[in-house]
Amino acid sequence: MPAYNEKVMDHFMNPRNVGEIKNADGVGEEGNPVCGDMMTFYIKVKDNKLDDVKFKTFGCGAAIAVSSMVSEMAKGMTLDEAMKLTPADVAGKLEGLPKNKLHCSNLGAQALHEAIKDYRNKQKAKAGGK
Amino acid sequence: MTKVYLDNAASTPILPEVKEAMLPFLGEIYGNPQSLHDWGDTARMAVDEAREKVAGLIGAQAEEIIFTSGGTESNNLAVKGLALAQQTKGKHVVVSAIEHFSVLHSARTLEKWGFKVTEVPVDKYGVVNPADVKKAIKKDTVLVSIMHANGEIGTIEPIKEIAKITKELKIPFHTDAVAAAGTIPVNVGDLGVDALSLAGSQFYGPKGAGALWVRKGVRIIPLLDGGIQEGGRRGGTENVPGIIGLGKAAEIATAQMQSRIKKLTPLRDGLIKGMPAKIDHVVVTGHLTNRLPGHASFCVEFIEGEAMLMLLNSKGIAVSSGSACTSRALKASHVLIAIGLSHEIAQGSVLFTLGLETTKKDIDYVLETMPPIVDRLRQMSPLYDKFIKTGKGGK
Repeated sequence: MPAYNEKVMDHFMNPRNVGEIKNADGVGEEGNPVCGDMMTFYIKVKDNKLDDVKFKTFGCGAAIAVSSMVSEMAKGMTLDEAMKLTPADVAGKLEGLPKNKLHCSNLGAQALHEAIKDYRNKQKAKAGGK
Repeated sequence: MTKVYLDNAASTPILPEVKEAMLPFLGEIYGNPQSLHDWGDTARMAVDEAREKVAGLIGAQAEEIIFTSGGTESNNLAVKGLALAQQTKGKHVVVSAIEHFSVLHSARTLEKWGFKVTEVPVDKYGVVNPADVKKAIKKDTVLVSIMHANGEIGTIEPIKEIAKITKELKIPFHTDAVAAAGTIPVNVGDLGVDALSLAGSQFYGPKGAGALWVRKGVRIIPLLDGGIQEGGRRGGTENVPGIIGLGKAAEIATAQMQSRIKKLTPLRDGLIKGMPAKIDHVVVTGHLTNRLPGHASFCVEFIEGEAMLMLLNSKGIAVSSGSACTSRALKASHVLIAIGLSHEIAQGSVLFTLGLETTKKDIDYVLETMPPIVDRLRQMSPLYDKFIKTGKGGK
């Protein structure tokens, strides 16, 4: 088995928040063209906080565990807090990832950030429209 | 829990008879085969006997066998040693795009030493076209190295046809038969090659024991300088227990070759036909029929191999994958890319390699365990999502 710790295995075997949010407030997609991993994050925003976070991931065990952990960490955060979430935070919360898998944790946080940017752009567009 | 080992390409188990044959050489028989006393004689006679058995497996003469530490060393010795021995004649080498890294990276080292290397492509089944080899050969070509069978996609190459070309042009031809020797009939005279690699861990022998056969009269420069072991072509005190195990495994493989093929082929075909029947969007990799008897390889679309491997392992099934995520370098298998698959499809690589212990029940278990695993991973795959919604992204 790949050198994954129990925490990573738990999030891989029982990923939290898998799925799609219909009529999401923001959607973010991030891919790694070299290995082909891809993550999509869906967010629902309420009072400037992440009310719901869901994801879909195409990738290895680490990619799935990272997505699951990002979704769990981000839920309830303010948008500003979530934008500050770093790959290192996620890997830390997972109690470590194999060295060559650290790039996977990049994708998770980035995909979430893309979803928040998407939400903010939509808000701006709405405000501009008024 | 049910345990099903389907990773025989990584390593076969050691047969009990092989282990039994090796044990005395890990105990009371400890002499150095080069020593000039009874202790040495006992060891040397056993090594000579093993040499006969390995030669017998491939229809060679015993003195043409060089014992090595396995497939990787055999391939390094062949590619570097044969090219270096000919370098006054020229500095060009031809290999295929789907060679094992021990051949490809040896060729890369030759490039650093001033050689030029041509990589011959393969078709979508992984088959080398002999005409392409002929085209790649130049005036200064001093070695052609094309594998006998590919361990990742199972395809068997037209070695005999390629040898006709190299023979006519008088160019030494090495074949990496690590995946083939001991598994399908391999006869060096019939093939017409000049050098051939094999390894014990592929046919129920020990790891760390392999051989390079070099046709009598073909020059090779040793990689390991030392004493006069292996006719001066590979220095170092012989790995006696490993060599004895390799010999025993070769002897049994020679005797059981046809019955093994007869047993494995229908089991393999059960997977090759069963998998696409049970799961949509599965690609069989490699040639459908002209492939190793126990080898079934696929790419499952929209999901990734390591995740599949881990979930199969949680159900007691051992497999491998050529996905980028399963490689340390995080790069998709060069073999899957060479047969024209996209990086995305290559991510779904999963490889079942059957062995003597595999039963019909095991195959049924795999066919019933795979669909829910694939389904589970697809349910969380954004690629599958897109495919279902737009019909785009499928092969």
